[in-house]
Amino acid sequence: MVDHTDILIQLKEITFGYPGATPVLDKLSLTFSRGQRIGLLGPNGSGKTTLFHVIMGLLKPTGGTLNILGQPMTKEADFIPARKQIGLVFQDADDQLFSPTVLEDVAFGPLNQGKTRKEAIDISKETLALLGLEGYGERITHKLSGGEKKLVSLATTLSMKPKALLLDEPANGLDEKTKERLSSVLSNLDISLILISHNMDFMTRLTDSICVIDKGKISAEGIPKPHQHLHIHPFGEHSHEHK
Amino acid sequence: MKDVAIVDSFVSGLDPRAKIVSIFAFSSLAAVSNRFPVLFLLLLMSVGMATMTRAPLSDILKRMIPVNVLVLFLWFFLPFTFAGETFFSIGPLTLAREGVIHASRISIKSNAIMLALVSLVLSTSIADMGRAMFSLGIHKKIVHLFFFTYRYIHVIHKEYNSLLWAVKIRGFAPKNSRRTYQTFAWLIGMTLVKSFDRAHRVYNAMLCRGFDGRLYGINEFSIKKTDVAVMMISLAATVALGALEWSITPIF
Repeated sequence: MVDHTDILIQLKEITFGYPGATPVLDKLSLTFSRGQRIGLLGPNGSGKTTLFHVIMGLLKPTGGTLNILGQPMTKEADFIPARKQIGLVFQDADDQLFSPTVLEDVAFGPLNQGKTRKEAIDISKETLALLGLEGYGERITHKLSGGEKKLVSLATTLSMKPKALLLDEPANGLDEKTKERLSSVLSNLDISLILISHNMDFMTRLTDSICVIDKGKISAEGIPKPHQHLHIHPFGEHSHEHK
Repeated sequence: MKDVAIVDSFVSGLDPRAKIVSIFAFSSLAAVSNRFPVLFLLLLMSVGMATMTRAPLSDILKRMIPVNVLVLFLWFFLPFTFAGETFFSIGPLTLAREGVIHASRISIKSNAIMLALVSLVLSTSIADMGRAMFSLGIHKKIVHLFFFTYRYIHVIHKEYNSLLWAVKIRGFAPKNSRRTYQTFAWLIGMTLVKSFDRAHRVYNAMLCRGFDGRLYGINEFSIKKTDVAVMMISLAATVALGALEWSITPIF
């Protein structure tokens, strides 16, 4: 039984589409509560990113109702306080990082929340340290590597101390080592999250339930079950590890 | 698309606002001055500024190339197209004295202004420059444009290069043909479309982090006595040169 005060995001029969095309989201319903870690799976074009954009008020649904922290979201003004509570990490870190230096980018959110310069700097430094990015403050954002950009864009959202995180393919394009680092950072965070990923291993490590979205609807829900696979790959005779 | 490495120097330690005010006054005077002694003194001042940044000479010279290519272009045309006293003739071409004087003026002015601006760029970070502009009362939209142009010019350049590579790996060799021009038109068009999409996504990402139209900086400037002194000295020198420019006594 879900306590209603614990519901962070509630979507009821949300529909979104472009005129003359098949709806991207078709009467989709989803309840996301405090403490939950949901993985969102689905083929390309199934509406996963659109769902995040609808939750954040970047796209206006054509039907259905959306509640965030118990408040109905009907107009742009409703989303302004909601965006300070729910953090979205974009798929492409270059969309998220726009300030000249890392520290300025991480401090952008806290300053918008009304924090003083000193508070914003302190929070930003703490957040960077939490992600193992000490000493990155003065680095030029566009000169960071792909993995560093992903971690910094996560820091830009975490510095706002959101109640929930929406992560849009955070492991996309990362090498195994960086993926591992990101996974370890995210699993140590005490935060509710919805994660979009095509990487099943990465997703099962971070989430406690998985929803499959297809043709704009949640088509299946469940919890990850451990099972075994037989697999084959080149150089299999050499000693190696699987994570 | 290289970033500027700021070398620690007396100039880099100055308040960016003092530098912007001084260089703005200096450049304005250089733009309207016509007397050669004044122009030479302005050029000398700008050389002094550039030297004080302690930036490598190669960095300074590299940034002076574009303006001097334009100046060189002017030297090919101005002396030959100006009406006036003949300086000398080469076959059917006649060099006018006024044309040579005018081209000389433009050369000195543009080099003096460019050197002063290069000194500013080589001694101030982009972030500080933007914040100083804002703190000097320049409209926030212009400051935002300045910041975003700097940040995204690299991304757009990268996107253009990716498109260019996509064309190259499929065997495209540019020629003087309709197809080449059409391909480049598509490349530029697609870069613009991608830039527009990128701008939209960046704006959305900013909205998600509580952006309400205001950009807050994390550093506060504090003007020191040295900054005031340097600004006063440079403004006094500019005023003195202005007086020399507009004095009645002919000096040249």
